Amino acid sequence: MDLRDTPEEAAFRAELRAWLEENLPDNLQGHRGGAARFEGPEMRAWSRALYDAGYAGLTWPKEYGGGGAPYTHQAIFLEEMARAEAPPHIGVIGLGMAGPTIMAHGTEEQKSRHLAPTLSAEEIWCQGFSEPGAGSDLAGVRTSARIDDGHFVVDGQKVWSSFAHIADWCLLLTRNDPDSTRHAGLTYLIVDMHSPGVEVRPLRQITGEAEFNEIFFTGVEVPAENVLGEVGGGWQVAMTTLLHERGTLGFALQAVLEVQIKKLVGLARDRGADPLQRDRVAQEWIELQALRFTNARALSQLVKTGIPGPEGSVAKLVWSEANQRVTKLALELLGPDAPLADANAPYGGYWQHQQLRSRGNTIEAGTSEILRNIIAERVLGLPRSR
Amino acid sequence: MDFTFTPEQEDLREQARAFLAEHPQASWRELADLGWTGVSISEEDGGAGLSFLEEAVLFEELGRALHHGPYFSTIALALPALPDDLRSEVAAGETRWTLALGPLVTDLDTADRIAMVGGDGIYELEGADRELLQTSDETRPLGVLRGGEPGLRLSDSGVLEEIRRRALAALALEACGVARRALEYALEYVTTREQFGKTIGVYQAISHPLADSYMRLELARSLSLWAAWCVAEDDEQAPVAAAAAKAYAAEAAVGVCEAAIQAHGGIGFTWEHELHRLYKRALWIESFLASGTRLRADIAATLLDGASTSGSSASPVPVSVTEGG
Ligand SMILES: Cc1cc2nc3c(=O)[nH]c(=O)nc-3n(C[C@H](O)[C@H](O)[C@H](O)COP(=O)(O)OP(=O)(O)OC[C@H]3O[C@@H](n4cnc5c(N)ncnc54)[C@H](O)[C@@H]3O)c2cc1C
Repeated sequence: MDLRDTPEEAAFRAELRAWLEENLPDNLQGHRGGAARFEGPEMRAWSRALYDAGYAGLTWPKEYGGGGAPYTHQAIFLEEMARAEAPPHIGVIGLGMAGPTIMAHGTEEQKSRHLAPTLSAEEIWCQGFSEPGAGSDLAGVRTSARIDDGHFVVDGQKVWSSFAHIADWCLLLTRNDPDSTRHAGLTYLIVDMHSPGVEVRPLRQITGEAEFNEIFFTGVEVPAENVLGEVGGGWQVAMTTLLHERGTLGFALQAVLEVQIKKLVGLARDRGADPLQRDRVAQEWIELQALRFTNARALSQLVKTGIPGPEGSVAKLVWSEANQRVTKLALELLGPDAPLADANAPYGGYWQHQQLRSRGNTIEAGTSEILRNIIAERVLGLPRSR
Repeated sequence: MDFTFTPEQEDLREQARAFLAEHPQASWRELADLGWTGVSISEEDGGAGLSFLEEAVLFEELGRALHHGPYFSTIALALPALPDDLRSEVAAGETRWTLALGPLVTDLDTADRIAMVGGDGIYELEGADRELLQTSDETRPLGVLRGGEPGLRLSDSGVLEEIRRRALAALALEACGVARRALEYALEYVTTREQFGKTIGVYQAISHPLADSYMRLELARSLSLWAAWCVAEDDEQAPVAAAAAKAYAAEAAVGVCEAAIQAHGGIGFTWEHELHRLYKRALWIESFLASGTRLRADIAATLLDGASTSGSSASPVPVSVTEGG
């Protein structure tokens, strides 16, 4: 056990810190988050800069444009990005889900076609899993993909699809066999969002912004080679995506919370906090350290044995609930100013926005109830509830 | 960065768990024969020359077994104050110590010698009468001392900071052991007990609190192992890490025991089942030295007023002063 950086890790950290100091544009530092930041050209430029410097896809193989670096570098990268309050790469879904899924199940052509453009922010991804009738119970997916004359024809509706309004490609879970039910008969497709018959309708959410969307597919033709994995084997591929959505996010989530706690402490200093509020600030700081070292334990286990420890399964659950408490505590510290919004609110409405956005954290990427089921059943070995 | 135990440390844990399962109330002599009393004592003084990390493994396992003996008092509280010749007696299993930090003193039923804080030093207390008090946790007695005189000077009182860090970390680790055992009991029970024609673990009102218990235990362990490493390395974060670990782990252990008792129904409420003993130890840990509220007040002072946690001069927390949003 040695919690310090190795000399090699320390060198990587120092180099990265210097790079961030030099290259992070002022107007992107400490952005309040949300959909708006993805709209201008500066986020693509920033993502491109990360890519050119070799920081996008650090752990991906070099042949696909990645860095070929160990997971520890990725953890350091996220820590330093948080420290500098730098926004993430615009390819949240591309880097977090599309890339890992394509690497695990894709053909050689799919890998060379998609991985590098994803890292360089030339191609943005969205995830088309949820439907009006299939949320937590994802095996209820009904969007159909008929095989017709050497291609798929897709019809159906997806919902809550984040970034679909700016996406070039979609990870689409469909049903190829109309007579099938549940996990069988599903096919995982890579769909060009610019194809005829794809219609995206933004959905305004609790924050007032439209970050997620409905997607309607009407007779959309998808080339046969765009299937990921086997026809009828979509469920296994989808599980890889979900594993990465919930799993490798650990350090990214911790980095988000790190920024949040830093700001919370600053807020409590600026505005003053009563003894009960001070207790809660300390509690949240402690939970952040707990999350941080839990991720570190899971990472060390992964590096040593190739298998992530079960500790990692708690990261998303812990983070989402912590982020909700932290942002609510911030509103409390704002006192009578809490109801103000946007430009009229202190700090440009940062906390008001963050607090509302945090309510989605326990719903997106698997609700807290579903994640508790997973811990109970897969980690603790309790009987399956469904 | 490497946050895993070495194979030797893993072996020590396995050995300790197996031994304590058979002999939860092993004698001091038996612990000494296993080499546990001299883990961090230098080889010249008859110890193993290892670190607090190996002791950490033992604190966790002794907590899990609800071991009744002065290991905590001797190794976590007294050891840093002892000069070399007395340390070698501890390593050899000849002397058990406790340290009087306040009016209520631990392990007076088993300790051979008593250290006390007086002015600028730590001394041996000689000629005092001991009175054991009734406590709900029978495995970790408390008592009071009457009369007596400071005798042999053991060390400078500067060592109290180190004692506090070791003690807080040790208590956090014990709490993790206690919580793990309670969770294991609950998992065993809810996977076998049936009601309404189903194994009760299928009901989410049962399974979700246990999932939360697992989560809290893992977080508590991460903090406790961080604290253990900081103590072992004399890292500048040791004071705040130990405070954070004790604050979180003690409350987590209390909560996990409560969830386990509830999941057991009537059986969880009996004297016969071991759960109440685990629960009482968890409550004991929560109250000893400093409660979670007290420790968080210290941490808040470090974060918000720039004070140092428990007298350390290190500034553990990088925070930006200007950024409130
Ligand atoms: C901000 C945001 C972004 C999102 N982005 C995407 C995206 O990019 N792509 C995408 O495909 N989806 C996305 N989603 C959708 C998200 O994955 C679903 O909302 C989520 O899986 C829940 O599905 P649902 O909304 O249908 O709710 P339901 O599944 O109907 O759940 C309703 C309630 O019932 C509970 N519940 C359901 N089943 C159980 C059970 N077995 N046990 C206990 N409780 C249960 C749930 O926990 C929840 O509280 C996003 C959602 C949000 C909020």
